[in-house]
Amino acid sequence: MTLDEAREILEAEVIVGSDLQDIVVEMGCGADLMSDVLAFVKRGALLLTGLTNPQVVRTGEMADIVGICFVRGKRPPQETIDLARENDLPLLTTELAMFESCGRLYRDGLRGCSERTG
Amino acid sequence: MSPGAKITKTQEMVYEMKVGDVMTTDVITVQAKDRMSSLRDVFRENRISGLPVLDGERLVGLISLEDFIKWLADKQDDCPVRQKMIEEVAYAYQDEPLVLAISSFEESGVGRFPVVDSDTGRLVGILTKGDVIEGLLKKLEIDYQNEEIRSYRTDHLFTDLEADETTLTFQYLVKGHDLKQAGTSSSRLKRTLNRLGIHPDVVRRVVIASYEAEMNLVIFTEGGKIRARIQPGEVLVQVEDSGPGIADVDKALEPGYSTAPDWVRELGFGAGMGLVNIRKCADSFDIWSKPGRGTVLKATFFTEEDKNETGRSCKYTRSGSDIGPGKPQQRGDRRLCKRSA
Ligand SMILES: Nc1ncnc2c1ncn2[C@@H]1O[C@H](COP(=O)(O)OP(=O)(O)O)[C@@H](O)[C@H]1O
Ligand SMILES: [Mg+2]
Repeated sequence: MTLDEAREILEAEVIVGSDLQDIVVEMGCGADLMSDVLAFVKRGALLLTGLTNPQVVRTGEMADIVGICFVRGKRPPQETIDLARENDLPLLTTELAMFESCGRLYRDGLRGCSERTG
Repeated sequence: MSPGAKITKTQEMVYEMKVGDVMTTDVITVQAKDRMSSLRDVFRENRISGLPVLDGERLVGLISLEDFIKWLADKQDDCPVRQKMIEEVAYAYQDEPLVLAISSFEESGVGRFPVVDSDTGRLVGILTKGDVIEGLLKKLEIDYQNEEIRSYRTDHLFTDLEADETTLTFQYLVKGHDLKQAGTSSSRLKRTLNRLGIHPDVVRRVVIASYEAEMNLVIFTEGGKIRARIQPGEVLVQVEDSGPGIADVDKALEPGYSTAPDWVRELGFGAGMGLVNIRKCADSFDIWSKPGRGTVLKATFFTEEDKNETGRSCKYTRSGSDIGPGKPQQRGDRRLCKRSA
């Protein structure tokens, strides 16, 4: 699915990013442990997380993820937003909790990072 | 970008770029009719080992410091430079591809070439290996002045592009306990690796490892450095600090072992998976540590990605996608493990 479709499913608001319909989300991942993200997430994933510090964006940058969505209505501090802009990494925020966010995306066909795709 | 087994982008560039693109145009010269005695000040003020000799604007020879000293020692007449200069001078043409000049450096062992205009024979600049490297890096938009290449040494950095022996070393200093900066070094390294045309899957493995190591420097030490050596076939990352060191390295390498304080956990780190991740990403991994002395971590990444769909046998198979939950690495020699296919 595209990042814009994911945004719609999550009823999310865009904090950073444009042309989300042009970004393909290959899979999803929900995590609050950045080392887990670095270890298990694959290129092209959308990260759902409850953390909002700049290291989340750094982690996304290193792991080549395509976007980050903060759950439970969390809003990142300005430094996180600045870093995301600098790296051209879209940031979204949804009122939904982690479980529900992941559940909705999965229901609508987005696969997890541990599953074989294609 | 083509999957880069070697530093293909650099190699392309040396064919495309011309000597004139990278040479230094500011050249100190002497005229053939000048007296030998006039060289004294030129050599003293400029600390150079050889001077191009011109007749007007045309290059006619070269006079070396050695020739000058010999002239002094022999107490010869104050003749024109023309009589003492070497007339057989190796030079390069301004419009010649860089790759030709590079091979001339290798063949001749000469450290610098005067550069002449191929039509007029006019001297237009001078070329050293340093100019070549600087020019290449500039073209790649790698800011070597302000950024990271500290251990820049011409002869090491660049041995023989023709023989595929290009080595570039980048160094990044990481401050301890500086959370705002944490990750910037790995971020720069990523940009640099991408610009050098390294395969994205390799870049990803390198920077994930370097980022975990960088976080450890920030969290556990007063700071340290990350050094990345990029050469054909592999990227070597060395991360070192001078304390506090790790008392039990085997234990630190166990998944889940962490001494990280709570504020680290709040950032999403401190799950005790950093070293495990680094080892997973690397093709070979080595860590040395001593309490009170510091820690040195070395990780090697092969840049030869498995890009054969046809089943041609290949040294080593790996794609970015097998980073993930999987087989635990063999126990055995945990401190130094070569990745097996
Ligand atoms: N450079 C270092 N200097 C001192 N101790 C370190 C260093 N790197 C790692 N350690 C120790 O090794 C442990 C495990 O490191 P790591 O696997 O990265 O997990 P984490 O960073 O989540 O604790 C750390 O908790 C710390 O005790
Ligand atoms: Mg760590």
